[in-house]
Amino acid sequence: MSTLNNSGEPDKKEFTFTVYTENQIGLLNRIAIIFSRRKINIDSLNTSPSEIESIHRFNIVINETEDVVRKLARQIEKQVEVLKVYYNTNEDIIWQEMALYKVPTDDIAEKVSVERLLRENGARAVVIRKDYTVFETTGHREETDALIQVLQPYGLIEFVRSARVAIIKDSEGFNRKLREFERLEPGEDVIENEFLNKRDKVFTM
Amino acid sequence: MEVAQQEKAVAETKKTQKVSGSVALLEALIAEGTETIFGYPGGAIMPIYDALYDYNDKLNHVLVRHEQGGIHAGQGYARSSGKVGVVFATSGPGATNLVTGLADAQIDSTPLVCITGQVFAHLLGTDAFQETDVINITTPVTKWNYQVTDANEIPEVIAKAFYIAKSGRPGPVLIDITKNAQIQQFDFAGYEPCNHIRSYRPKPIIRKEYIEQAANLINAAKKPFIIWGQGVILGKAEQEFKALVEKSGIPAAWTIMGAGAISTEHPLNVGMLGMHGNYGPNVLTNECDVLIAIGMRFDDRVTGRLDKYAKQAKVVHLDIDPAEIDKNVHTEVPVWGDCKETIPLLTTLLEQKEHTSWLERFRDYTRQEVEAVINEELNPSTEEMTMGEVIRELNDLTDGDGVIVTDVGQHQMVACRYAKFNKTRSNVTSGGLGTMGFALPAAIGAKFGTPDRPVIAIIGDGGFQMTIQELGTIMQTGVDVKIIILNNRFLGMVRQWQELFNERRYSFVDIQSPDFVKVAGGYGIPGKTVGKRDDLKSSLKEMIESKGSFLLEIMVTKENNVFPMVPQGCSVSEIRLK
Repeated sequence: MSTLNNSGEPDKKEFTFTVYTENQIGLLNRIAIIFSRRKINIDSLNTSPSEIESIHRFNIVINETEDVVRKLARQIEKQVEVLKVYYNTNEDIIWQEMALYKVPTDDIAEKVSVERLLRENGARAVVIRKDYTVFETTGHREETDALIQVLQPYGLIEFVRSARVAIIKDSEGFNRKLREFERLEPGEDVIENEFLNKRDKVFTM
Repeated sequence: MEVAQQEKAVAETKKTQKVSGSVALLEALIAEGTETIFGYPGGAIMPIYDALYDYNDKLNHVLVRHEQGGIHAGQGYARSSGKVGVVFATSGPGATNLVTGLADAQIDSTPLVCITGQVFAHLLGTDAFQETDVINITTPVTKWNYQVTDANEIPEVIAKAFYIAKSGRPGPVLIDITKNAQIQQFDFAGYEPCNHIRSYRPKPIIRKEYIEQAANLINAAKKPFIIWGQGVILGKAEQEFKALVEKSGIPAAWTIMGAGAISTEHPLNVGMLGMHGNYGPNVLTNECDVLIAIGMRFDDRVTGRLDKYAKQAKVVHLDIDPAEIDKNVHTEVPVWGDCKETIPLLTTLLEQKEHTSWLERFRDYTRQEVEAVINEELNPSTEEMTMGEVIRELNDLTDGDGVIVTDVGQHQMVACRYAKFNKTRSNVTSGGLGTMGFALPAAIGAKFGTPDRPVIAIIGDGGFQMTIQELGTIMQTGVDVKIIILNNRFLGMVRQWQELFNERRYSFVDIQSPDFVKVAGGYGIPGKTVGKRDDLKSSLKEMIESKGSFLLEIMVTKENNVFPMVPQGCSVSEIRLK
């Protein structure tokens, strides 16, 4: 269960939602307002087609208490075009963010051992032109932040970072579940009621 | 080859015909059993209204005086009949005028399909005349919404709209149709109702083991207490619910939205919950050992202070909406599912019992409440009339058979506390949103929804002036709605709070009213003002017996308070009798 902080309130921590949805105009807004109506900031949001045709997958990161996160998950899953919602702590997921860094080629080539810099930061050069070079790295927030610090002295021109993408460690994928959703009468797979069995861990309809 | 032949055969039997999007819409409505539409025309919905001109014999369109009136009428229709209310409005201001009603229907789970016109698709996003981003404005207040820009989508989208509005936990759906799609001719292959959307499970799967756990808890309970809400009515499970209550012998109390699911006269019906509910149900919520919540959502007006709400009790929660479980109150046993199915499963496992001494506790509190509050409210010693005595007289005349439509405020609380409800779907009120101005249009809709039952709107002098223009709808349609205005010349509920909590600083609650009888007269509606007790009974009788609509303004005490009351921030057991 969640731990309590000094004032006796449950601790907020980072949670990642994984949301499987139909590909529908306006659904992003419908999901976003579930957070904003409670004045909760979305720290990171990624939406992209999933491995299954016509199904979209969202990753949403917020900092909240588990109690609130569980309620949010149910309110998201309640939306007509949402198939399934999971929420996980950072321990339950593998996640990455990708970042791009644009620096002046002259400075970086003259003053730095580029090869070492790339190796130490797990980065690679995506584009090398006479006037500028673009590096790319992926990793956790502190890793992509670290490279900013390294490149700042060499005249970092521009930096951009993607939203978090996350894989749930103990997931079995969505293909089997989707087949159940497509059936008029759901079978065992949807009857399985993770919320009731593992009440504090996962939620499902 | 065989499959191809079959497909060909199907295509041949399903002869398509060229129709406009507007005609397809109206055909879809008819196929869904729509008889009445509440609406108001305008530029962007003109093609639909043009098509409607030829459907006069199949669809009854009620021309309201304001779109808010239209949607409240749709709500009243849905609430009294159990069918889906259908509302038309034009783009821009027509659509934004629906927002209050959508929010009301969303929070009170009322099935509606609202159709709004929209500017031509090629004008979207250009700030065209009467263009508003209706989809985004209405997203938080609809169960589902969708913008149609191509007529080919119309049959399927309307089928989805009805399915979503009425299935599972019902709610309002809005379909925004651009003008080009209304006009566009397309091959219409007939209408297929929708019964499955893969991303949408209206009914959670029933888990028998949780029904067993619930039954074990209830059977072992010494002081079990049932609290029910509108879910019982929405699930059309009144009979099943009555059987559960009678077999288990458990005292049962209702939220304002659940009123009438079993008769107010039933011996196990111990009264209303909540801020102005009855004494016993509130106090004993904090004494019961098992609290069985059925089709209700633990609204803050019901629970009072949450951290002091039923902490001693184990909570069993029956609900169709998984998001309601543990939302406000921690549940020991969640029983998800349609209560039409879960209640009988539970009843079977319950022992036949009588909780005589526990029930007696409720009776004790009732006696105290009668003595301290109810006697004086229903049979006042003052010269001026009380709202309660009006309801008492009305009960004698209707015997609880009428549909009571209330607005919001003191009169609403008094009407719900004291009205007899013998039948289900008899209490139409704005529960969750508390929308003043709801009652008059909702009563119009309620009458169209149940033409055989008397419909009586009970409204305050403030709320009546918010949608007073709907008298025009009554005039034009000749719908038989009895209107009682309980006039205390104040915005009474706010005044009560200012008296109790703001040291009588009566800030803008002193409201003046026009001569309501004259206003009604202007619309050709007969009316009367009653100021004396001696005239009350005969005037109510005159109103009830009048052929069509009638407006009865009853002057009541100016500064009466509704009690009992759970002050905000207090526990239900801290309910005050004065």
